[in-house]
Amino acid sequence: MGTQSMSATQAGLAHKCFYYMALMREIEDRVERKLYRQGKIVGGVYVGRGQEAISVGAALLAEPEDVLFPSHRDMAAFLIRGVPPGRILAQYMGREGGLTRGRDGNMHMGDLKLHIVAFISALAATVPVAAGAALALQYKGSGNVAMCWFGEGSTSLGHWHEGMNFASVKKLPVAWICNNNQYAYSTPVSAQMACANVADRGASYNIPAEIVDGNDVLAVHEATRRALAQVRSGAGPYLLECKTFRMTGHSAHDAAHYVPQELRDEWERLDPIERLETRMLAEGWAARDEIDAVRAQIQREVDEAVAWAEASPFPGAASLLDGVYEDG
Amino acid sequence: MPTTYLEAIREGLWEEMERDPDVFLLGEDIGVYGGAFKVTAGFHERFGERRVVDTPISEAAIVGAAIGASFLGLRPVAEMQFADFISCAFDQIVNFAAKCRYRWGAAVPIVVRAPSGGGVHGGPFHSQNPEMWFVRTPGLKVVAPATAYDAKGLIKAAIRDNDPVIFFEHKALYRRVKEDLPPGDWTVPIGKARVARAGSDLSIVTYGAMLWTALEAAETLAGEGVSAEVVDLRTLLPLDRETVCDSVKKTSKALLLHEDTRTGGMAGELAATISESVFEHLDAPIVRVTAPDTPVPYSPPLEEAFLPNAAKVIEKARWLCRY
Repeated sequence: MGTQSMSATQAGLAHKCFYYMALMREIEDRVERKLYRQGKIVGGVYVGRGQEAISVGAALLAEPEDVLFPSHRDMAAFLIRGVPPGRILAQYMGREGGLTRGRDGNMHMGDLKLHIVAFISALAATVPVAAGAALALQYKGSGNVAMCWFGEGSTSLGHWHEGMNFASVKKLPVAWICNNNQYAYSTPVSAQMACANVADRGASYNIPAEIVDGNDVLAVHEATRRALAQVRSGAGPYLLECKTFRMTGHSAHDAAHYVPQELRDEWERLDPIERLETRMLAEGWAARDEIDAVRAQIQREVDEAVAWAEASPFPGAASLLDGVYEDG
Repeated sequence: MPTTYLEAIREGLWEEMERDPDVFLLGEDIGVYGGAFKVTAGFHERFGERRVVDTPISEAAIVGAAIGASFLGLRPVAEMQFADFISCAFDQIVNFAAKCRYRWGAAVPIVVRAPSGGGVHGGPFHSQNPEMWFVRTPGLKVVAPATAYDAKGLIKAAIRDNDPVIFFEHKALYRRVKEDLPPGDWTVPIGKARVARAGSDLSIVTYGAMLWTALEAAETLAGEGVSAEVVDLRTLLPLDRETVCDSVKKTSKALLLHEDTRTGGMAGELAATISESVFEHLDAPIVRVTAPDTPVPYSPPLEEAFLPNAAKVIEKARWLCRY
């Protein structure tokens, strides 16, 4: 590929990344800073502000039949798979239009038709389940893989280690993607684990691991490409640790006073969306007015999505007992 | 030639694996070794390591992997080496598997086999009856066969079911009970109890290995002129309340029997059901015969005292009849 066409490819990728990161940010801002305060979000709000590069950079490489296991801070994985923003907002509002039709809230959602699995609150429990999906892909001789996201806090739980070990022993096609955002609720990573990096844990399972700048979407994308190349080759799992920072509290009710101001300031300057925007302008991949136009378009999309979600009815109480079992 | 309870489970698994290439097994030591109780002996040779998956000692990974595989259309049968170890996989079963359908419409067609029960001098960690942890979890189905016929029919039904099924197989029955099984492809419906012995003076409602204790007691009572009806629940969730209530309506007296410990045991739920639904038919208080609220002890005199037996049932039945 010539230098010019490679640059065009990079520019195209950057545009896609920018769109999904900015869309995720706008939906989450609307949820956390507006709808939640208006009392329209009936439960908790857990956003991925500052971590958008990870779900975007990785999920853009997923094939349609790859099975995704996003965490609560990986909304873009849903957007990239084609889940309309209105349905995500309706999910947050407890409406019929949400993916779980009011049965569960926030990012606790999935859709098997889109090959996205809903995680449970004890996030590490998803890891053995993702290994099982990978086992099924291997069983069927499919070339597809599972991609599973989690935070560094998940790696303290036994289920995480059981899933890692099982996947590696069976050489299962699964990419593990860690959002190391440095805080598990209020607990800093230094009080969470005695090793310096989640990637260090890979060695004990003989899983190749690498650390990537989780606030650089193009770097995450490149690292994911390496991870998936290994995983698709049949060589077994790969662990990607994305170093990032949670720019909010654990949830909307948490002001996160336990996070030092200097740390916040430092990472504020590393905002992944602003970084990409600056790079796009500097590389000549986009002009100022193009960026502005994308932002304006996202505003309109999210306005419409909010209206759609608010128009979606609450589930009727008569449906309470439905769907516990296949036969009612 | 009669088929043992263990052989019945084995036949059920084998037939389902022959019938459906999406059915596969996973668990500890189930492949080359054939399983701690040899339920899967010979499966590795026939179906290979792809469909008979030996795993690390890792119950959460076993059940979690079964759940994940079921999302892609497979029909996993996970073996817990002993039911006592199922607690290691508790979160996967009660929070993941049980809630997927209700939360986001995802079916989890898995079976978790759990060899349970005492009477084998297994001590506190190889003898438990942990069924009630799961019976109070909406979204699961829980079965506990007592006969070879039901063991085969229910394992096949469990594999074909589109919801997660916990299959409690009683270790003390593995080689002790046997019967001639009909040929052909048949199943036993999940959610249906069975009147194992008809009677008119009192109803003994039970499940699992205690069915045999109930039948032994009923035989002795018959010699005393007392006609005991024995109801075998077979499935604990969903519970066949109708069959239980119909029996009590007929006999007006209820003796509830299980090997599980007393507090929070199935007998409590049955007693509440009977009180709510057929109270006016009762001629006597509802009586429970259960294990006491202790861990399962190891030493024979202690374990014997722990487990319900026919003598304990007969004593309570006589009291009921005198009431």
